[in-house]
Amino acid sequence: MRKYLILIFLILSSLATYAQEKVEMADTMRSEGKIYVVVAILGLILFGLIGYLVVLDKKVSKLEKKLSEKK
Amino acid sequence: MVKNWWKIVSILLLVYTLIAGFLMSVPRLNIINESIRALYFHVPMWFGMIVMFSVSTIYAIKYLRNPTTKNDVLSVEFANTGLFFGLLGITTGMIWANYTWGSPWHGDPKQNGAAIALLVYLAYFVLRGSVENQEQRSRLSAVYNIFAFAAMIPLIFIIPRMTSSMHPGSGGNPGFNMYDLDSRMRMVFYPAVIGWILLGVWIATLRIRIRKAEEQILELEDYA
Repeated sequence: MRKYLILIFLILSSLATYAQEKVEMADTMRSEGKIYVVVAILGLILFGLIGYLVVLDKKVSKLEKKLSEKK
Repeated sequence: MVKNWWKIVSILLLVYTLIAGFLMSVPRLNIINESIRALYFHVPMWFGMIVMFSVSTIYAIKYLRNPTTKNDVLSVEFANTGLFFGLLGITTGMIWANYTWGSPWHGDPKQNGAAIALLVYLAYFVLRGSVENQEQRSRLSAVYNIFAFAAMIPLIFIIPRMTSSMHPGSGGNPGFNMYDLDSRMRMVFYPAVIGWILLGVWIATLRIRIRKAEEQILELEDYA
C-alpha cells in the first residue's frame, strides 16, 4: 500500500513540475497593450529611416538631372 | 515612380515585418522566450549581406572580363552595403547571444566564421585604399573580391555545420531547432528577408548613383 502511495505521490509531483515548465513569455505586457508602444516607436524609427532614404533618392535624382542638362 | 516599384515593395514588407513580427504569436520556447522575435531582424541581415556580396563578386568577375568603371563601382558599392549588413548582423547577434547563450562572444563556430569573413572583406577595402593607380586598384581588388567570396562560403555555411554550432540548423541547442519548422514564423521571416534585401539594393544603388554623379562632375571639370 505504502509503495503505491509513494508512486502516486511521485506521479503527482512530476505533474506539478510539468505544469511549472510553462514557458514564460511577455503575456502581461501584451495584455496591457504596451507592445503597441514598442511597435509605434520602432515604426517611427523605420519610417524616419525610410523617409531619409527617399529624400536622399530625390536629391540624387535632381543631381543626375542637373548633370545630364550640363552635358 | 513605375520603375521604383521595388522600393515601395521593400517599404511595405519592412512595415509588415515590424507589425507582424511583434504582434503575431510565436512558439513558446525555453531560454529564448520572447527573444525569438529577434530572428526576424537578425537573420535577414545575414541574408542581405550574402546577397550583396554575391552581387559584388558577380561584378568583380564582370570587371575582369570587361574592365569598365561601371563594373568596378558596382562591385565596390555592393561590397560596401554587404559589409554594413554584416556588421549589423554580428552586433545584433552579440546582443542576442548575451541573453540566450550567456555571453556576447561565445566562440560559436558560426560566430567566429562570420567574424573572420567580415575581416576578410574589411581587408578588401584596405587593399583598395592602399593602391594608388586606379586601374591596378580595380583589377587587384576584383581578384581579391572573388577570393573573399570563396572564403566566406565555407566560413559561414560549411564549417559551422561540420562542428557543433549553437546556431540552429547545425545541431546543438534543441530549443532552437523547433522554429525551423514553424510555419507561423516563416510567414514573417521570408517577407522580412526580401524586404531587407531590397532595402540593401536601394542603398547600394544610391551609393552607385552618387559615385556616377561624382565622376561626371570630374569629367565636366576636366573640360572646363
